[in-house]
Amino acid sequence: MKTVMIRILLTFTFLNLSGLPLGAQAEGEDESQWTSQLKNQFFGDRPISEDHETIEITAPYRAEDPALVPIQITSKFPQTGAQFIKKITVIIDHNPTPFSASFEFTQESGKADIATRMRVNAYTYIRAIAETNDGKLHMAKAFVKASGGCSAPIGTDSEDAKARFGKMKFKFDQDKPTLGSANPVQLLISHPNITGMQMDQITRMIQPAHYVTDVNVSFDGKPVLTVKGDIALSTDPNFRFYFAPQKAGELHVDIKDNLGQQFSANQSVNP
Amino acid sequence: MRDLAPEAPSRSSPMPSLAKSLLSPLKALSLLIGGFCHLGFSSETLAEALPIKAVAEGVYVHQGSHLFPNPQNHGEIANIGFIVGNHCVAIIDTGGSQEEGQRLKAAVKATTQMPICYVINTHVHPDHIYGNRAFKAPGVQFVGHYRLAHAMAMRAPYYLSQAKDQLGLTLSAEDFVPPDIEVHDTLDLDLGGRTLHLMAHPRAHTDNDLSIFDATSETLWLGDLLFMGHLPVIDGSLLGWLKTIDQLPSITAKRVIPGHGPITALWPLALAGEKRYLESLAHDIRAAQKANKTIEQAMNEIGLEHRADWQLFDDFHRRNIASGFAELEWEDPSPEPPLKNPGRSNP
Repeated sequence: MKTVMIRILLTFTFLNLSGLPLGAQAEGEDESQWTSQLKNQFFGDRPISEDHETIEITAPYRAEDPALVPIQITSKFPQTGAQFIKKITVIIDHNPTPFSASFEFTQESGKADIATRMRVNAYTYIRAIAETNDGKLHMAKAFVKASGGCSAPIGTDSEDAKARFGKMKFKFDQDKPTLGSANPVQLLISHPNITGMQMDQITRMIQPAHYVTDVNVSFDGKPVLTVKGDIALSTDPNFRFYFAPQKAGELHVDIKDNLGQQFSANQSVNP
Repeated sequence: MRDLAPEAPSRSSPMPSLAKSLLSPLKALSLLIGGFCHLGFSSETLAEALPIKAVAEGVYVHQGSHLFPNPQNHGEIANIGFIVGNHCVAIIDTGGSQEEGQRLKAAVKATTQMPICYVINTHVHPDHIYGNRAFKAPGVQFVGHYRLAHAMAMRAPYYLSQAKDQLGLTLSAEDFVPPDIEVHDTLDLDLGGRTLHLMAHPRAHTDNDLSIFDATSETLWLGDLLFMGHLPVIDGSLLGWLKTIDQLPSITAKRVIPGHGPITALWPLALAGEKRYLESLAHDIRAAQKANKTIEQAMNEIGLEHRADWQLFDDFHRRNIASGFAELEWEDPSPEPPLKNPGRSNP
């Protein structure tokens, strides 16, 4: 009873300080944002087939941590001269910035698979749209229940995280890569990837966005993976992909963030 | 009504010590008026007192329940309570809603005539701080880890946006009451013939964990540095938490009060379950990373043998793995064998 008046007062003083839509979005598996706007915005009137013969996407139906949602895109065929995937674009319908990342592959990639971790702000479809070398578009999608991934506080103000800012490392699955076949490799980037949506309630200041926009991985000067990133990439962006070395050489990565900061790293590959 | 007046701007005062000295006459006054000052706010006495139990003389705890926070329970799930001295009372954590805070306040009033002088928050999580607002009054000082105010500030917008859907609560910025007194390392609070030793910990369960040791009853109040029954939830650092768990037993205490679990337990035996789980998590994540397993594989495979030992396992375990995995990826590599100087021997 005594709380009634308090609740009413609270209701009046309530402010949506985050400027974000409150809470989770539509409960149902809503396609409207995609069909009415996003599809046209990113792909115009090009036909997109959901053929299940090009790529698959795997994501948890319920995201335990909305700021760290593992997403895996698997291609159904190797990258050959006759048939390969040029580009995969990831769109998260109900994120504040639906464009989440794009990944360009080459024949040096061996296989156009990509796994990464993303922020998911609402109940939403996550879509991967692959463009094959014949110019056709193929889509796979997964529905994810998450909320608040983009505005969730990030724990990267620790001294450790500051000290390793910009550091990168490659990790191979095997001790030695196999020549002439697609080898899995992981790229770890130490970067807070601040969305610009985390606010300091005392100063009422938004932490300025600070995120990785470009990742270019090459092997012996030939592009393997080119990523365009946005705020959906989780803190400490992490990519698993393939590369197919024909001989010993050097794996190289350059990254750039939205504030123009650049970092690079090398890893020699000696089968 | 008056403790609903917006007071957030006063937070900008850069001199908490000045505020403290200004407050002390008020505190003295509230000591004088003692138990009958609440008559002026009779509406509050309508709140039904929260069930509490004494675990030692003057140490009272309300036992939370192992539930996932939702709109039905409003996140009123944590162990909260208070310690009574000869002059005044220290609240330790205020509960998951302003209403739970009011009920805790009613429990204090039903227990003692002493006024409340301190409200201590063990960390930033909603089930421990959302009752703060119920205690705002002249003479009451809020106490927390020095990173608590920052953590509240950073989380408030997110917490506000989630409160309605996830907790069925309508909150405003005024529901985040930051500390007046910040603990950097250790701090003693005098309740009159009873001293509480507060200790600010490095990043563990969160980055703003504070523990309270009541010297009189030799009771250690750990907040969520200690989970029993309810699966430990990592929101700070897996490795940091393990380090803290290794250091805590140097405190000699007769009993411990966990943030979630029974209202009192044997010390330091009570740490064993949490330590076993977190150690095994760190071990298995390192092994998975060494075997080049992915975060998805780790989340699916690791630690399932602990499932029967904990409540809310399915709600938090996979998330713990994800968070630990991301942390351990950047762990400094364990010292490599000295390949470059094979002739050199270790001392």
